[in-house]
Amino acid sequence: MERIPILKMGQLLLVTIQVDMHDRLAMTLQDDLTTRIVKDRAKGVLIDISALDLVDSFIGRMINNIAAMAKILDADTVLVGMQPAVAITLVELGLTLEGVKTALNVERGMTMLKLGSFS
Amino acid sequence: MRNETSRLGDIIIEHQEKLLEGWLASLISRIGRRDAHAETELRQQASRFLSLVGTTLRNAGSADIDSSAWQEARQLLGDISANRVRQGYSSIETANFVFSLKEPLTSYLQTEMSGDPATLVTEIMATNSLFDKLGLFTVESYQKSREQVIMRQQQELLELSTPVVQLWKDVLALPLIGTLDSARTQVVMESLLQKIVDTGASIAIIDITGVPTVDTLVAQHLLKTVAAARLMGADCIISGIRPQIAQTIVHLGVNLEDVITKATLADAFLVALQRAGSVIVQKDR
Repeated sequence: MERIPILKMGQLLLVTIQVDMHDRLAMTLQDDLTTRIVKDRAKGVLIDISALDLVDSFIGRMINNIAAMAKILDADTVLVGMQPAVAITLVELGLTLEGVKTALNVERGMTMLKLGSFS
Repeated sequence: MRNETSRLGDIIIEHQEKLLEGWLASLISRIGRRDAHAETELRQQASRFLSLVGTTLRNAGSADIDSSAWQEARQLLGDISANRVRQGYSSIETANFVFSLKEPLTSYLQTEMSGDPATLVTEIMATNSLFDKLGLFTVESYQKSREQVIMRQQQELLELSTPVVQLWKDVLALPLIGTLDSARTQVVMESLLQKIVDTGASIAIIDITGVPTVDTLVAQHLLKTVAAARLMGADCIISGIRPQIAQTIVHLGVNLEDVITKATLADAFLVALQRAGSVIVQKDR
């Protein structure tokens, strides 16, 4: 079965979404990620969507959900690498992802999470 | 009907030279400018148009200018109109090109058919209706060419008016000038987001000093741009808010509380520098 890999980097987890998301894949990702946050005692989650050039309201909601779940498990979520076209689409859909932190690329996102966990 | 229109065609072809002279005389008297170049051009256009109308009338035998037989004449009129738009003629001057042919033509018909008043009347009426149609067609194509010019200018304006400049490492500025509509917001948003990707900037200052009015729609467009930039990981500061605009925004009940707003670009730049971790030091002179 198709899975989205979750990489551990110190206290951070890195999720790179490179394939089209569908319902089952999203549910699996939510399961895997929450399990890994607990198991690895992760303090932050980086979701890299730089390879996504197409989004819909479903993916938007999924990202929101993942961020909310991670928050409950005491991990910050940063969404990184969004393409301009994707950002415009999400805004037009009315999904501004208010609860999610964002950064331009993985590097910036990591700095952001590290600053957050040290303070 | 067929007979009458083809007779008009015969008359035009027969007396083409003299008609042309009469027509040109009235054309030149009507237009103000009198340079030699314009006159030769006018003469060329007029003689081409006249012979074309004559032969079309004779061959087609119909005065229905929408038919395919008139295709060439319509094409010629369209070209002449487009040409005149570029040269800055008014619509009246353009329409007169066709209408002024009526006078000499009518006087010819009069001398030709002075013995037969009934035919004369029908002939004149047919001539009138034909040239009215041609004249209206000219005006319409003049209008169309005008609209094309306007549309092209709008496009150019759209491209010109959305520069995104880099003020500092990590700091972008977007000086907006003119009213924001949906189409412009789209262009502005795209160029800002693209520039964020290109430069890796983390702060963008949107300066609205040049935006004349801010209504709910414009405010919504601004907020959309801010939200899109935030999704890309860049914060936005809105600057250049004039006192009247601040009042309007509050009266309209637009919520700008989630966005950093500053009165001037200079203030916004200071905040941006702080965020980017840079300081400006004044040197002692």
